[in-house]
Amino acid sequence: MHFDAFDRYHEKSSFLHGLDPRVKVLVTVIYIVSNALLPDAAWFSFVSAWIFLIAANLLSQLGIEYTFKRSIIALPFALVAITVLFSIPGKPISTFQFLMWDLTITDAGLLRFVSILIRSWLSVQMAILLVAVTRFPELIHALEHLRVPAILTTIIAFLYRYLFVLTDEVLRLIRARESRSAAVAGQRSGGGVAWRAKIAGNIAGQLFLRSYERSERIYNAMLSRGYSGHLYTLNPHEMKQRDYFVTAFAIAAIFIVQLVGRL
Amino acid sequence: MPVTHTIKNFETFEYGGEVLTIKDLHFSYPDGRVALDGISLKLCSGDKVALVGPNGAGKSTLMLHLNGILGGRGDPSTTLRVNGMELTRDNLPIIRAMVGLVFQNPDDQLFSPTVFEDVAFGPLHMGLPEDEVRACVDVALEAVRMSSYKDRLSHHLSVGEKKRIAIATVLSMNPSILILDEPSAGLDPRARRTLINLLRELPNTMLVSTHDMALVKELFPRTIVMDEGRVVADGLTMEILDNEKLLTAHGLEKP
Repeated sequence: MHFDAFDRYHEKSSFLHGLDPRVKVLVTVIYIVSNALLPDAAWFSFVSAWIFLIAANLLSQLGIEYTFKRSIIALPFALVAITVLFSIPGKPISTFQFLMWDLTITDAGLLRFVSILIRSWLSVQMAILLVAVTRFPELIHALEHLRVPAILTTIIAFLYRYLFVLTDEVLRLIRARESRSAAVAGQRSGGGVAWRAKIAGNIAGQLFLRSYERSERIYNAMLSRGYSGHLYTLNPHEMKQRDYFVTAFAIAAIFIVQLVGRL
Repeated sequence: MPVTHTIKNFETFEYGGEVLTIKDLHFSYPDGRVALDGISLKLCSGDKVALVGPNGAGKSTLMLHLNGILGGRGDPSTTLRVNGMELTRDNLPIIRAMVGLVFQNPDDQLFSPTVFEDVAFGPLHMGLPEDEVRACVDVALEAVRMSSYKDRLSHHLSVGEKKRIAIATVLSMNPSILILDEPSAGLDPRARRTLINLLRELPNTMLVSTHDMALVKELFPRTIVMDEGRVVADGLTMEILDNEKLLTAHGLEKP
């Protein structure tokens, strides 16, 4: 039984796949920070950032629309910003009543809302592209090389390894419940809401206990192989000339995007 | 690739070359339950020994003592030596390299994202230089016939593959003794057969806990029967498997 829904890596041998993972992580982070720093309604910048993204998509051989399709699931999170529509003072565009409030959309608010939407949408796509072209262990190596504290990279590595094991565990628990969720013909089944909530609580508790015991066993397995509080890894990555060149080029391009937005 | 352990202040004592010496080992869990009640046994180099007994007999507890994860202090009458070395706090790292303990559930044993990193974990912690670590990993994966799995992700493997990689993760430390906890549990017949062939080929000294009596008969010349924290029989597998009274008394079955 496997649960691989979280594995977003796509095996290909494109230009982006071949880059050093450090370059990819660094450029992605800079791109996202740059997007966040762009002023509102900097349309030329948004377009140039988008072109940058499309170029990256093309270089990944995944197809122009690949990240676009994937990004749609992340879009609802941007709706958190919906309040800026009403909260920023400016010229009113339209007024309507929602429950007991009178809400007025202002022009400044609308501009900011659309800008936030575009910024987050571009950033999410770049992150999606990063995990699609980089194997997860390599991402962790990249973070180690970039001096992210070892405790964080270790936690991420363990999270990645056991996310799948845990999901399988949950699926098994739920399956065990399903297969005993029987009914007598002609009678309403399922029990009361409180009772069902209690069962769900028991499942969550079971999951916690099993994970806790598993963590103990994993720790023992680590001790057995000499673990003494420090993780060592071998990271066989080496920056090539091409990697430096790409980093420089990408940073320059992002810098130009920023300049366009501020002129 | 052989690994040399330089031992300082090596205390000399009466030592007949045993890989593992246990004398009068006791252990109770914090809740007072007695798990080990005076275990004594010896393993010589090259021995392949099966450890059988009902659930709760103390087999796993004994195994966790062999590399100092449990116990290790207290009773002065207790002796626990690996390659003649007393199990003390100072010796612990060396003993952990000598005793290759493979846990029952390979998902507990394989905790790194990739197979390579998992097999390299032990050698890296022993502080070996990089090229030696790579050599150790190659040899260990070759020994379990999994060389082509080096860059695979652990969670994409089947149970049988995970088991073999789990064995490789301790083989890479070049241990003097392999301790396996129920290696054939949960395997389909083909994976079980592959594992048996693998265990037969491995030259290491072995102590294997199992409920699989057919496996015991096939692989191990010597068997130790444990029940209620005690060694109740220790001898030739053939003789123990013929002693039906003993087997029934301890909840075992003749294969």
